[in-house]
Amino acid sequence: MSRKSSPFANLFLFIIFFVLYAPIFYLIFYSFNSGGTMSGFEGFTLDWYKELFSDTRLLIIVLNTVVIALLSALISTIIGVFGAIGIREMKRKRNQNSILGLNNVLIVSPDVIIGASFLILFTMAGIQLGFYSVLLSHIAFSIPIVVLMVLPKLMEMSPSLIDAAHDLGASRWNVLTKVILPYITPGIFAGFFMALTYSLDDFAVTFFVTGNGFSTLSVEIYSLARQGISLNINALSALIFLVTVVLVIVYYYISRRAGNQGMGGMRR
Amino acid sequence: MENKVTRNLYMIPYALWIIFFVIAPILLVVYYSFLDIEGNFSLVNYQNFFTSTYLQMTLSSFWYAFLITAISLLVAYPTALFLTRTKHKQLWLLLIIVPSWINLLLKAYAFIGIFGTYGAANNFLEFLGIGSQQILFTDFSFVFVSVYIFIPFMILPIFNALESLNPTLLDAANDLGASKWTTFRRVVFPLTIDGVKSGCQVVFIPALSLFMLTRLIAGNRVITLGTAIEQHFLVTQDWGMGSTIAVFLIIIMFVIISLTGIRKRGA
Repeated sequence: MSRKSSPFANLFLFIIFFVLYAPIFYLIFYSFNSGGTMSGFEGFTLDWYKELFSDTRLLIIVLNTVVIALLSALISTIIGVFGAIGIREMKRKRNQNSILGLNNVLIVSPDVIIGASFLILFTMAGIQLGFYSVLLSHIAFSIPIVVLMVLPKLMEMSPSLIDAAHDLGASRWNVLTKVILPYITPGIFAGFFMALTYSLDDFAVTFFVTGNGFSTLSVEIYSLARQGISLNINALSALIFLVTVVLVIVYYYISRRAGNQGMGGMRR
Repeated sequence: MENKVTRNLYMIPYALWIIFFVIAPILLVVYYSFLDIEGNFSLVNYQNFFTSTYLQMTLSSFWYAFLITAISLLVAYPTALFLTRTKHKQLWLLLIIVPSWINLLLKAYAFIGIFGTYGAANNFLEFLGIGSQQILFTDFSFVFVSVYIFIPFMILPIFNALESLNPTLLDAANDLGASKWTTFRRVVFPLTIDGVKSGCQVVFIPALSLFMLTRLIAGNRVITLGTAIEQHFLVTQDWGMGSTIAVFLIIIMFVIISLTGIRKRGA
């Protein structure tokens, strides 16, 4: 597809990009409005940011969200990587496919069903709704995406690499840490990042399993937005946008570096 | 022998995850769907589901999901096509994906402001001389915001399909005298149908089960299957009925996946 782009195509793309980004910049723009509404810009102010940083409750919620995201991404990456290694070592193709089928159930399931079924699960198991139920659910729905990110890297790895390591006298632990893990590092990073964004972005599942005392950012924004507009949310979204852009740049560089690495990179 | 033991050790946490968080939840949902509101075993939920209220809701939920998917596809396909023709296309693609990383709730919240009575959309309508309209809490706003949210997920698989298209095929079609439109209809589109299918799959299923947009943007005017499940679980506490709807949603999900299932051709 290497044809030249026409003016019409450029206009079309321009409109798409405009529509995609306009709401985000609209939010950020009005976070500086002294008027207190999201219409009619009255004057420049940083009051909403000040209010945001003095709102300890909201800051604790932000902290909760970040802690949940980091912990769940870390734990799900560990479980997912070992799961993927296990799947690769399965001898029969049929077993592999059925495990992968089960793996993908949570990826294609709508959030509402994941949330509702986890709510039943936690109630039956007697786990109190709060931090741990949210953490467990986030780990649970992040594992399959980690497996999907890591497995292709494992599959493209030549089995003779492992045999060679064994022949040279490497222990299983050495094979794992010196051969397998370095080879699949780009996949592990990609999986970790995906798990992180899944967790930060999740609303529906958390909404079901969060109970009364504990809240994450999404759930909090939902209850604030149902009450109407308050410009601290705008200020918060401006900050979140900044953090997202930084994460994207980091991710872009990691994937670029991964692409350039001889061993771990794309080899066809 | 040793191989097998270590493999099993690797697999223990992952296997536990499959048992407790994949299989058990589905079984529990099915189990609860057979319980009435007092917790007795009965088929009353299934009887209720086949009354006109729930069937109508299912139909309208389908209709909205179809509308959202169709519009997303109509916008996403040309976008993906034009993107593949730009310089630095990976960078542009990344810029398409960035908004999907912004929290969903914040985007919905932005539209509450934009579509509000004094918001930007109404200012624009005033400027055009149409005068301000009720935009928030209508079907239009619901479909618009849903399409807005799903569009990156539709563009991505189509873009990948277009990228893996062999460009010499286009030259061949051109040499054989096919017009641009014929080339698109007979060559490009059929070869990228897998991308279209997986795009539709990742939009249609979530669109069936949206629930927070129906509350924030559609003001409870639209009730999807997702909204009904949320309502039963968290408001009326009738978990049995909620589970029954969830069972049907799971069935619908499997039907759609098998319909749009991607069979890799060739290698």
